[in-house]
Amino acid sequence: MSAAQSDPQQRTADSRSRLTDTIRSNRLAQVGVVVVLSLVVAAVFGPLVSPYDPVEQNLAHQLEPPSPTHPLGTDQLGRDVLTRLLYGARLSLGIAVAVTGVRLVVGTAVGLVAGYAGGWVDEALMRLVDTLLAFPGIVLALVIAGVLGPSLVNVMLALAVVGWASYARLVRSNVLALRNREFVTTARLLGRSRTHVVVRHLIPNVVAPVVVLATLDIGGVILGTAGLSFIGLGAQPPTPEWGTMLASGRTYLQQAWWLVNAPGVCIMITVLGFNLLGDSLRDVLSPTQSAQMEQL
Amino acid sequence: MNGWKLARRLATMLVVLFGVSVLTYGLIFVTPGDPARTILTQQMGGQTPSQEAVEQFRAAKGLDDPFPVQYARWVGNAVRGDLGQSYYSDQAVTAMIATRLPNTIALGVASMLVAVAIAVPAGIASAVEPGSQTDYAAQFGALVGVSMPNFWLGYLLIIVCSLWLDLFPVAGAGGLEYLVLPALTLGSGMAAVIARLVRTAMLDVLDDAHIRTARSKGLRERIVVYKHALRNALVPVVTIIGLQLSYVLNGAVVVEVVFQRPGLGTLLVDAIFARDYPVVQGVTLLIGVIFVVTNFAVDLTYSRLDPRIDFGGEPT
Repeated sequence: MSAAQSDPQQRTADSRSRLTDTIRSNRLAQVGVVVVLSLVVAAVFGPLVSPYDPVEQNLAHQLEPPSPTHPLGTDQLGRDVLTRLLYGARLSLGIAVAVTGVRLVVGTAVGLVAGYAGGWVDEALMRLVDTLLAFPGIVLALVIAGVLGPSLVNVMLALAVVGWASYARLVRSNVLALRNREFVTTARLLGRSRTHVVVRHLIPNVVAPVVVLATLDIGGVILGTAGLSFIGLGAQPPTPEWGTMLASGRTYLQQAWWLVNAPGVCIMITVLGFNLLGDSLRDVLSPTQSAQMEQL
Repeated sequence: MNGWKLARRLATMLVVLFGVSVLTYGLIFVTPGDPARTILTQQMGGQTPSQEAVEQFRAAKGLDDPFPVQYARWVGNAVRGDLGQSYYSDQAVTAMIATRLPNTIALGVASMLVAVAIAVPAGIASAVEPGSQTDYAAQFGALVGVSMPNFWLGYLLIIVCSLWLDLFPVAGAGGLEYLVLPALTLGSGMAAVIARLVRTAMLDVLDDAHIRTARSKGLRERIVVYKHALRNALVPVVTIIGLQLSYVLNGAVVVEVVFQRPGLGTLLVDAIFARDYPVVQGVTLLIGVIFVVTNFAVDLTYSRLDPRIDFGGEPT
């Protein structure tokens, strides 16, 4: 077995140094890293620092424009918009990581099984994948979340159900390509168990494309959660969720322009940060995975 | 693509269409509890319906039959162009769709025009000088476009163009003036995706032998770019634009909500909140079928335009 081909440590070390190189040389990648890190810091520490409560109403201070005491103004119930956005960052990042994680784990598992087992198992799983991918994602998530009833948990569930299929397809096509490579054949001829082959040889080799897909996917999940909440299916007021905040701000477009724009900017910057990160990750990892990466 | 592969591809599409219809019809059974009870509770404004009312409703709508029977009846009717009646108005679902569909199609076509008008020049400018300031700006612009939630962009346009400048109506549907802002909202996101594709396709073509020949013949750069390269680059781009249908349908839902435009998206959203399941199923099925059939058509065109592309085998 040739060590260079399948030694995951070696490979990770290579791509890690390539990653730091790219981040040093690529301005856009730097922006992505800075944006995502600042968001995490803001989400973790922001709510601890803020003197205001995100939910408690203060009717004496309704719809105040931005000022030193309320940097992003107050909403129709007198709550500090910045504080609500910071709590919203916790929600958005938490949901995005959770949903993407579920998509990644389920999709990878299905893709490994389908690609490695082949035969009717593969056929059945892939037709299920085709069926899920046969709908525009948000439309299907909208219907599932709507049937389950409006709530943030149902939106997360719907987005997870709708989104794992593209991971399965990606992993399966990688597994098919890997199945006949020497190191896999060698391991099989050496009498290694199926589990051994999958865990030691297949999984380490599909990690890179899956991680790239997940990074690019996080932005989509954030947009999806905010979009469905905006429509009214997700978080319900007074939850400080970005999409919900934007939706309740639309009544005040004329008097209080900051109510829709503050959450809008937050969503955009967050999604942009993850997209920049995902794009640069793809560029870093593509030399080894070019054929598979093209699908992303 | 030879006959055998075409047949295989067609068979796969039929299996997927079957899956789409089962999923669409089966979804309402995911409703927590008894769908009939949930619907009646909703219709009565939250009051608990009587047992007789529930049973009557179930019998009238055929909800007592086992799932396969209900499904077969629904699919059989759907194939004949009957998607059932709304639970609320007893109006035919197909008629409701027919009145809304033109607005969504208009929105889709208009935003596609906006997208192409922005994306093609931007993509070309990027590809002609890769690594230049222009390229950088266009690529960053595309990233911002992809990351922009279109429900926010919609309100931004409403605030600036309708409330401040008073150029266009805030909401509704009607003449062309109602179409401008929704089409800009939906089109700019799509433009971002297409601009990236144009750039990649142009870069590929500009590297080709016939371009190098054209250049070495001493042809002017403009002629090389617009006459020789663009024509070839547009082949993949045109077919890929077909695949943007998913973006149109996803985006139309949100954009129609923002601009309160009576279209397929708002019909679906209203039906979901009203738990008007025949309408939800009808619209979902229609969207699924349109999407599957378009993808199939795009695959076919694609492999006809470039015979090297082969959908019959497994990727290696």
